Amino acid sequence: MARLKLKEHVINRDWCKGCGICVHFCPKKVLELDSQEKVIAVRPEDCICCKLCELRCPDLAIEVVTIQTNQEAQTDQTTRMSEDD
Amino acid sequence: MAIKDYIRQRYFPQMWCPGCGHGIILNALLRAVDEMGLDKNNIVMTSGIGCSARISGYVDFHSLHTLHGRALAFATGVKLSKPELTLLVPMGDGDALAIGGNHFIHAARRNIDMTAIVMNNRIYGMTGGQYSPLSGYGKKATTAPYTTIDNDFDVVNLSIAAGASFVARSTAYHVLESIDILKKAIQHKGFSVVEILSQCPTYYGRKNKEGDAVSMMEFQKNTTAKLGSKALEKDPTLIPRGIFVDVDAPEYCQEYDKIVERAMKASQNNRVDQTLTTEAGHTCPTP
Repeated sequence: MARLKLKEHVINRDWCKGCGICVHFCPKKVLELDSQEKVIAVRPEDCICCKLCELRCPDLAIEVVTIQTNQEAQTDQTTRMSEDD
Repeated sequence: MAIKDYIRQRYFPQMWCPGCGHGIILNALLRAVDEMGLDKNNIVMTSGIGCSARISGYVDFHSLHTLHGRALAFATGVKLSKPELTLLVPMGDGDALAIGGNHFIHAARRNIDMTAIVMNNRIYGMTGGQYSPLSGYGKKATTAPYTTIDNDFDVVNLSIAAGASFVARSTAYHVLESIDILKKAIQHKGFSVVEILSQCPTYYGRKNKEGDAVSMMEFQKNTTAKLGSKALEKDPTLIPRGIFVDVDAPEYCQEYDKIVERAMKASQNNRVDQTLTTEAGHTCPTP
């Protein structure tokens, strides 16, 4: 099955207000706030590219840049985590 | 197109407080527009006054930042003069249902094709945390230090009763669901109401001891349930989420076009009648 692979987390430090929503709701605890209360990716190797941090960021400050591991076309939805309760 | 192509980057970072749910609604709305592949030159966003209304400044669509509560009235004007445009009308809870309550119910009654997004954070944030008609009974606010005694509106039931042909509810926490619902609401031909529960950690959260943005979002997750889910069946006190109404009903602009056609036909007939009478008058002079 085609999978998305992480390239990098692009974080706009000028826009991030350190609310911690992405840090708390990351299913793999990839993100943390640094000493300046800005988000950083401390465990990028654990990232599963669900992009929930990107979608829930009120400041549009984080972007999960991905690459496809094979040529099969794939939409974002297939790798998205379930947010159901 | 990337999300950044739909915003006016020069106004960022946006002015909302850290963790404000309105930013998440903006995020969801941009993604809905992006996934639908809409041309930003065909979208008009009108907004009123309040924290929520500032959203129209951040999007790179045609935008109108208008009078308090009157976003829907301006949107109606735009839509009637240019029905081919897509109208997005984000409003706060007070903007939509206190100051703009009358505009809201009548836009719903007319079933005019636009998407009203009620960004419900249950408080007037910008002016210092006064309680709103959606705060609910027994809540604290700057103007209700000993709790409110006002009951709140149920936006969903109100919209259904007023005649909206698409009514849905989601939360800032359920962002994927919000994107999905917003897409359907924009596609829907007629008046669509999407209530998105949002968090105001600065006023509502602080006054009501609901903690920071994260715990308010946990609260959204734990106190709501999808329509038709087992969780909702087991505990009916949970707030239902999902699409409540999605029906086809005569749309206002289309009906208006029909009236124009009818009036043109009638005036044409009148003209023909008049000419006939005048001609008759000429050909048959009275003796």
